[in-house]
Parts: sequence; C-alpha cells; structure tokens
Amino acid sequence: MDPGLRELYQEIILDHGRNPRHFGVLEGANREARGHNPLCGDQIHLYLSMDKAGRVVDLSFQGKGCAISVASASMMTELVKGRTEAEARRLAEAFVQLAKGEEIDTNGLHEDDLDRLQAMGGVSQFPMRVKCATLAWHTLEEAMAGGGGEVTTDDE
Amino acid sequence: MTTHFDIERVRADFPILSRKIYDRPLVYLDNAASAQKPQVVLDTLTRAYSEIYANVHRGVHFLSNASTDAFEAARETVRRFVNAKSHDEIVFTKGGTEAINLVASGLAAKIHPGDEIILSEMEHHSNIVPWHFLRERHGAVLRWAPITDDGAFDMEGFKERLGPKTKFVALTHMSNVLGTVTPVREIVRLAHAVGAQVLIDGCQGAVHEPVDVQALGCDFYVMTGHKLYGPTGVGILYGRKDALKALRPYQGGGEMIRIVTKDAVTYADPPHRFEAGTPPIVQAIGLAAAMNYMTSLDRAAVSAHEHALLEHATEELSRFNRVKLYGRAPGKGSIVSFSIEGVHPHDAATVLDRAGVAVRAGHHCAQPLMERLDVTATARASFAFYNTHAEVDALVAAVRETMEFFK
Repeated sequence: MDPGLRELYQEIILDHGRNPRHFGVLEGANREARGHNPLCGDQIHLYLSMDKAGRVVDLSFQGKGCAISVASASMMTELVKGRTEAEARRLAEAFVQLAKGEEIDTNGLHEDDLDRLQAMGGVSQFPMRVKCATLAWHTLEEAMAGGGGEVTTDDE
Repeated sequence: MTTHFDIERVRADFPILSRKIYDRPLVYLDNAASAQKPQVVLDTLTRAYSEIYANVHRGVHFLSNASTDAFEAARETVRRFVNAKSHDEIVFTKGGTEAINLVASGLAAKIHPGDEIILSEMEHHSNIVPWHFLRERHGAVLRWAPITDDGAFDMEGFKERLGPKTKFVALTHMSNVLGTVTPVREIVRLAHAVGAQVLIDGCQGAVHEPVDVQALGCDFYVMTGHKLYGPTGVGILYGRKDALKALRPYQGGGEMIRIVTKDAVTYADPPHRFEAGTPPIVQAIGLAAAMNYMTSLDRAAVSAHEHALLEHATEELSRFNRVKLYGRAPGKGSIVSFSIEGVHPHDAATVLDRAGVAVRAGHHCAQPLMERLDVTATARASFAFYNTHAEVDALVAAVRETMEFFK
C-alpha cells in the first residue's frame, strides 16, 4: 500500500468516515448552510445552534460524500462544538491552510486543536481531494455568517 | 479467431503509455474522458506548425495555400471516416459541445412553445443543457426517453413519447457511463415518420465502431477529436446538406459571410457558414491523422479486442460481492461503471490512482442518469484498443486492494 494513502486515510479518518459524529438534523438549530462540491457531487447540510454570545452551542450535519469529506465534517463538529464564532473561524482558517499545504497561522490556536487538525494533513499531498476536505469548513463559515445559502467549492 | 491486431505494436505507437506514475506502469483506463495520442498525430501537429502553417482561406501566398489544402484535405478525411455524401456536410467546431450548441442555437427560431424535444435519460450534459436553453428561451418541452434497469435504451418508452409534437430527437450513440449503444437506425426511422429531426451524439460511439451517417440516416452526427485519439480543441458536426442549410448561423465573424455592408449581410454556404473566425486548423489536420491511423487498423479486430477487454473486466469485477456494475445492456461498448459497497467512488479512484490505475469517478456529466441509477457518483473504467488484459488484471487487483483497505 502506498504510504501517501496511509497518511491520507488514517484510522481516525476511516472511523469518522464510517461512523460520522453529530450526524442528522439538529432540533432547534438557528443557523444552517449547504455545501456542494460540483466536481464530485459531495453534499453537506450543516445545522448550528448559536447562542446570543455567538457561541456554537451545538451543531450537526447531514450529507453524502467521500470518506474525506464526511470525516472532515464529522471531525469539524467535534472541534467546533462549544467554541465562539471567532474561535471557530480561526480553526477554519488553519484547517484550510493545512489542507492546502500552506504554512499554518497558529495564532490563537491550542496545541491540542492543532494536533486534531493535523490528522487531516495528509490530504495536502492529494491536490484533487483538497476540496473534499475543506467543503465542511467553508460551509461552517457560511452558516456562521448567517447567510443560510449554499457554498460551492467552485468559489475558491 | 484470426486477428490482425498486434497489441504490442499498437502500444508502441502511443509514447505516453510507456511512462510510469508513482514508480508504477501507467494503466490508463480513462479513455472515455479523453484518449491518448499516437506518435503520428504528434508528428503531424509538429510538421503542420513547422512546415505549412498559416491562416486558411484568406491569403494568396504559398503557406496559406498549403495550410488551406491540408485543412480541406482533413475535411475530406472526416467525410470518408463517417461516409458523408459530401465534404460540405462536415463542419469543424471546437468540440462536441460546440457542435451540439451550434445545432440547438441554429434551430431555435423554429422552436415554438409546446414543441417537444426528446432526449434520453443517459445523455451527457453537453446533449442536455443546449436543449434546456430552448426550453428556457423558447418554451420547448423536454421529454425523456427512459432506459431499462440493465441500462438498455427502452424503445417502447421512446415510442410512447414520440408524437406529432416531437420536433427534435437528440440522443447519444453510446452512453459515456453505461456503454449502452442506442439503436440509431430504428430511432431515426421512427422520428422521421413523425417529421422530427435527429441528432446523434457520437462522441463515444464513433470511437468504437465505424460510423456510416448515410446508413444511420440521422440529420446530424457529432464527434469530438480528443476522444478519437486526436487533439483537443476540434470537433465535428456532420449535417445532411438540407439540414445544415436550414440552420441559422451560430456565430458571426470572418469566413462565414459572403458580403457584408453597413446595412446587410449575406452568408456563405455550409460548412463555412458555421465556421466563423479562424478555425482549429492544425487540430483538424491532427484529427485527420488520427482518423487515418484508426482506419489503418483492422477495425473488426480492434472491436473484438475491446469487447474481450470488456468481458474480461465485467467477469472479474462481477466476482466481488461488494462490487456493483452499472449497465449490462447487450452489445454495449467497452465502458465499465461500478461502485464498491461502503467506498465512495472518489476514495476508490484515489486508491486506484496510487496503484497506477487511472479511472474516472464522479457523475460523469450525466446527473439525470445518476438520478435514474439512484447514485451520486460511480467509478468508471473505459477501455481503448491499446489496453491489455494485464491492465484489466491490474484494475481488478487494485479494486481488491481498495476493498481490503476500506473494510
């Protein structure tokens, strides 16, 4: 087996891909957005419950997609739950940098967060799959902005 | 079976086939997306640019004449390739997509609200969206000829949709996802009987079997160069003389006119009426070289080889319980769409890629078909005559590896 593949499809990613966390419709959600990757048909519908202070109290997602996009969405829900909007945006920025193989701006990130993000780092070696990994995070940004619209990976 | 087909010699004609990717031999099974080019096409392109290149049809100088001769000779080669009656029935476009858009746009003035256009459920977006334009802008009604569960063209379903309101029928010759071959002659006969014209999208079909547009009887036939082992940037619209003549010009510009004044314009006759601007000169010459290459092969042996590859792949992949194949229509072409239970096609294609096996994964620009099959995507291996049985084995081994990886 190609070592790059092992790096991409780490056990934790395969696990999240098979058994996504926070999967389903979120009762009482007050923000939502859809993400679509026209290239491969990946779809995600993200639901957020944000409190008045701008904290993501809870979130969930539904959708269809490859192991990378589902795992990325699932791991994102675990990371983002309980964060403020500003913290979540920092995580999203860092994740996109990581996926694209760019230098990560670690400003304001906990070491533990970085470690958890790094699990998806292997995707940077697979340029055709980067958009699969970033779809959920772009959808999160859209949902937090209150747009409620649809983001597509074509916009990048 | 006697075969005049020396696979090793044929492979030697395609330089890219000997390269390695990730330190493994390339197994190129994405031919339905685009085919590789034989050396003779590459040499023809180089020679055209280095020896005879100039713009066509406009100069009186030596090179313009040489270039025009080669370009028009290419048109004659295409005529022969599809057995059109006249080279005036061959229009060079920038690709198959432009050829279909040219026809749809040229017909638009004759389409009135309620006029029906029949497509099939297995069309490529390039043979759907131009007709949606006529729906959006002219009130045309799109009717969808169904397919059966094994992916065959459902002739009874087609007949049910065909009627006095049918103005046009636009169908694929061979599905780019299922490999299904449509019964064109019978379709044309039925459509003409109700006064409807027929366009056949031959972007896949023309690659695998010899085409005779006069025998098929269709009004229009579309091909693209890059799937026919030729260059990108060139496609073909065949239109029977009267059918082409009845189309409005597509784009306006140089070359397509007779006289332009401040007040009026008159148009050149087809095919030049539809070739505004500088055409894809060298690409057309390269495509002719590709067609000559194809016709130099024993096409019956080519067809037998491709079908043997298809059978081999179908048989081996069918052995896996977790593999589902899409499209088992009798007489289908060498395209195998499949999915692996529990593995998204994009993940499968990524694992296959690292084994050196290039396949396509996605909706293949056929979203209505994906809806019909109730999937969002499939993986697709498409075989060309230069593929080998060892490459089928490599595909099967990589699929097994994928299943082990994604348990």
